[in-house]
Amino acid sequence: MYAQMVDTGVKAVKTLADMSPEEQAFQRRIDADVKIEPKEWVPEAYRKTLIRQISQHAHSEIVGMLPEGNWITRAPTLKRKAILMAKVQDEGGHGLYLYSAAETLGVSRDQMVDDLHAGRAKYSSIFNYPTLTWADIGTIGWLVDGAAIMNQIPLCRCSYGPYARAMVRICKEESFHQRQGYDIVMTLARGTDEQRTMAQDSLNRWWWPSLMMFGPPDAESVHSAQSAAWRIKILSNDELRQRFVDQTAPQADYLGLTIPDADLKWNAERGHYDFGAIDWNEFHNVIKGNGPCNRDRMRARVKAWEDGAWVREAAMAHAEKRAMGASAKAA
Amino acid sequence: MKNEWPLWEIFIRSQHGLAHRHVGSLHAPDAEMAIKNARDVYTRRNEGVSIWAVRSADVVASAPGDKEPLFEPANSKVYRHPTFFPMPDEVKHL
Amino acid sequence: MTASIPATRNEALFQYLLRLADSPLVLAQRLGEWIGHGPALEEDIAQANVGLDLLGQARLWLGLAGEVEARYALAGRDEDQLAFLRDSADFRNLLLVEQPNGSFADTAARQFLFDAWHVLLLSELSRSGDARIAGIAAKAAKEATYHIERSADWVIRLGDGTDESHMRMQAAIDALWTYTGEMFTPDAIELELIDAGVAADVRSLAEPWRRHVHAVFEEATLTAPAEAFMQQGGKRGVHTEHLGHLLAEMQVLQRSYQGAHW
Repeated sequence: MYAQMVDTGVKAVKTLADMSPEEQAFQRRIDADVKIEPKEWVPEAYRKTLIRQISQHAHSEIVGMLPEGNWITRAPTLKRKAILMAKVQDEGGHGLYLYSAAETLGVSRDQMVDDLHAGRAKYSSIFNYPTLTWADIGTIGWLVDGAAIMNQIPLCRCSYGPYARAMVRICKEESFHQRQGYDIVMTLARGTDEQRTMAQDSLNRWWWPSLMMFGPPDAESVHSAQSAAWRIKILSNDELRQRFVDQTAPQADYLGLTIPDADLKWNAERGHYDFGAIDWNEFHNVIKGNGPCNRDRMRARVKAWEDGAWVREAAMAHAEKRAMGASAKAA
Repeated sequence: MKNEWPLWEIFIRSQHGLAHRHVGSLHAPDAEMAIKNARDVYTRRNEGVSIWAVRSADVVASAPGDKEPLFEPANSKVYRHPTFFPMPDEVKHL
Repeated sequence: MTASIPATRNEALFQYLLRLADSPLVLAQRLGEWIGHGPALEEDIAQANVGLDLLGQARLWLGLAGEVEARYALAGRDEDQLAFLRDSADFRNLLLVEQPNGSFADTAARQFLFDAWHVLLLSELSRSGDARIAGIAAKAAKEATYHIERSADWVIRLGDGTDESHMRMQAAIDALWTYTGEMFTPDAIELELIDAGVAADVRSLAEPWRRHVHAVFEEATLTAPAEAFMQQGGKRGVHTEHLGHLLAEMQVLQRSYQGAHW
């Protein structure tokens, strides 16, 4: 659950010679692997990029609660229901840690939520796909959380302290997510014919969107160089994507499921799997708002927010009454 | 923004801990709910945990560059542990 | 239809355990609907915790029910068979908990009225003559203590918040009040087990519940409705129309894929 195509607002990466003394000192600390902490001076572009990246990551967690939340009431056993509730709750918690990290950079949570609802802020493309069967809950844990973990582990070393620490906490909770997903798919793959078909159908629908999670190819990723220099992007899109395919293909083999890519083949020379061409038109369409669920996701989040306005307002009104009462007593 | 709940910094001392550690922040309308929310968000309701909640606006900090405390690991229900789902040995990277 | 008194003590015990299990189970299902749609992120997380606690309690009660069933039937059903393969006529939850979520006020009112009763019930049950029941109840009572604090907090904040929140809370309480009488009305099964020192006498919970609820209402500037007609039926399996839909959704996979393992 993370950020794609984060705009750094920077045209070209500066060399140390081109930087102001302040920027040089800042860059040297990053290069020396020293963590940047809240309230320290940072280049404005770094601050803005981090806000964008962390908030996009947070939004992804929150929106990501919806496709999985969709199956809480229909989970097929009480144990699976409890596990799914805990997982979705974790995602809410992850969003919260990330919003908190972003708030140390001088933006408020309400402002970030407003940006999301107004369409100014993005969230991961993957959550614009529907969960049509129980198997999708397994596949999401296996593939989507799997992809997220690949991205998040390196970020535990990123340059911004609060973001790195949030990643550490998130990573501790995330491996349970992936395993419970694989456990679901494994149970289906070993189940009845109908269940096996359900698992294969799910993999067919989620495989390519999962590969798209890693973002466009490196050659088209204009902002990656600056993010790498700032150590807020540790591995490139293509590197992560390749690792993901290499890890996941054997996992699918083990289950007796077929990844829907006729070109997927182990290449002994490279030491990696070769895989087929991704339909980037689909990716860009989904980012643009034309995915199957974009409208529904936003509608659900906006509704929750608007329906909750009177609740938040009432809680503040009560707090103010109490504060006034307390100061009246003290007077 | 209108009606935004204030931000609180949360500090937790675990049952066997010696001191409160900063674990993060959250929004709550008042102090009581900040404590309760902190229990729900940062401890998943462990017994015997001590929680401090301070309005972020009230925190006075020394100059930047000082080290921040590390996050406490969150205790969890058994099914949250990766080891609860035994994975086949042959399958890697899980 | 009135329930005939079961021939054996174990049959009565089994039926009683369903009463203990089904309310937390149905309420957990209702709370599950809220996750991802609450008024604030912190609230989503908190509500999920309550839902998970209640689901956990239901599972413990259902597990024990299955064990008891095995004592007199050919086999005891497991928690999933009991949860997913009974129809609404065999569910024994309070009518209160099957009411739809509605707005946050409706949910908060439902939760508070239930929690205020549940914490008393579990406290009483932790003194049950049946050690297994007492054990489960003692653990659940700790959770219920936290739940009632939280739900009372919301009733107070919404009751004594803005004019709008006050109006919504009062309306919610007025609408749900008719379902509260059932909480204190024992049926034949309960009466038999009360005599045996196993079940809690819910009649004795009415006064402390009323006192607690009234105290919270006062702080919340809310009023308890005047004594109203009380709906009954949950313990006989005569539910409101809401339960059928809730169960249809909950049970769909188990019903559609007979015998499959999940």
